[in-house]
Amino acid sequence: MSNVPGDLKYAKSHEWVRVEGDVATIGITDHAQQELTDIVFCEVPAKGRALKAGDAAAVVESVKTASDIYAPVSGEVVEANAALADNPALVNQDPFGAGWFFKVKLSAPADLDSLMNAEAYSAQISGH
Amino acid sequence: MLKRTPLYEAHQRAGGKLIEFGGWEMPVQYTSITDEHQTVRNAAGVFDISHMGEVFVSGIAAELFLNETLTNDVRKLAPGQGQYTLMCNERGGVVDDLYCYRLAATEYLLIINASRIADDVAWLERQLAASAHCDGLIMKNASDTMAAVALQGPTVRSFVDNCLSGGMPSNLTKNSIGRFEFGQTPVWIGCTGYTGEDGFEIIAPSEQIVGIWDALIAAGAKPCGLGARDTLRTEMCYPLYGHELDENTTPIEAGVGFFVVLDKGDFIGRDVLVEQKAKGVTKRCIAFKMTDKSAPPRPGYAIFSEGQKVGQVVSGTQSPSLNVGIGLGYVPPALAKAGTGIQIEIRGKLFAAAVVAKPIYRKPV
Repeated sequence: MSNVPGDLKYAKSHEWVRVEGDVATIGITDHAQQELTDIVFCEVPAKGRALKAGDAAAVVESVKTASDIYAPVSGEVVEANAALADNPALVNQDPFGAGWFFKVKLSAPADLDSLMNAEAYSAQISGH
Repeated sequence: MLKRTPLYEAHQRAGGKLIEFGGWEMPVQYTSITDEHQTVRNAAGVFDISHMGEVFVSGIAAELFLNETLTNDVRKLAPGQGQYTLMCNERGGVVDDLYCYRLAATEYLLIINASRIADDVAWLERQLAASAHCDGLIMKNASDTMAAVALQGPTVRSFVDNCLSGGMPSNLTKNSIGRFEFGQTPVWIGCTGYTGEDGFEIIAPSEQIVGIWDALIAAGAKPCGLGARDTLRTEMCYPLYGHELDENTTPIEAGVGFFVVLDKGDFIGRDVLVEQKAKGVTKRCIAFKMTDKSAPPRPGYAIFSEGQKVGQVVSGTQSPSLNVGIGLGYVPPALAKAGTGIQIEIRGKLFAAAVVAKPIYRKPV
């Protein structure tokens, strides 16, 4: 069973997006962190980096595997979560809150229309 | 179609996450790799190792045949004793690493890697046919009818006797093997393991293994998967075939020359190993720890020194016990001394690491 907050948008590759004005905060879902279990390392994008929707933007590593995190939306990285460097476990503990990865200033808000709502994402992960 | 051990349903019931390993569908973890790793270091875990192979070799000439075919000296073994050993080809390259138990004066049991069963059996059959000692020698590949579990951790001796009968497995000393019973069925129990902790490997007919697994879990052992098995053995620097060992790597290069007895007489690959011991090798297996804060090292990552690629990581992970990236890799001998600084290339960037003595993890005294 995993948490799928209703106010977020979701990518097929298990990233979530929270939009506030023209800034999108991005992280990985509860389902994703459950699949990975113990996260040991996170790599976040540099401030100022220009991302296109679909770009490999960040990396999350568990004991066993390294996984790419893809930008669900296009934009310039305005902030990255520095807390993950010393405490990658935040992603397991609070994937939709303190475990956020990076924020972008949206350059193409229409990107959001390609993402799923909570209901569609829930259906995707339960279809597993 | 992936192969399944008799414990497949038990893994599903225990919440095991099943993945492909060497043609088998095996649990990589049940709760989490870190959790299971710590359980084995601090309490008791049980692993399904039924995918591994069991080959019996018996006959008056078994000792001679095995000493010609394996690198360690089986003459050291009294009945009821086992040893880690390797099987080499004519180039000194490793065909497999394995455990050889002497069950009786003329009966031996070889425990071989799951991924090498077909290759090992074909190799052994060829050697047997060509051997001067083949008269009366019987080799039986029992891998399809036997199963096994590994019970590992500091608390296992406190309950293993309650799970089996026909004696007290807790009386077995390191590397000993004994015959015990589960229900009315004879089983073999060897005092060995792949984790660096105290423990036993219980080898039984396939039909008994689910009962044995259930009994061990009821007694307090926690199911542990291949993920934890890998982090535990990497911390101990135990080789994994296909990583530290392969047909193009010798035991000397891999750092397991201790298990090669050159003066016992001739064996396959001996000439090459004698030369390597005398003249040196061109690559050595080292253990290393990351010294820069970084992502964990992984198999296949390049090893750099002074701006040049000098070798490759063959095993790597985040160590759950030490909370740092650790690994094993091959470098030129000049870089193999403990303390040598090297760099590991991770996603295009270089991160500092240091060669360390083996094992990387030592139990706190």
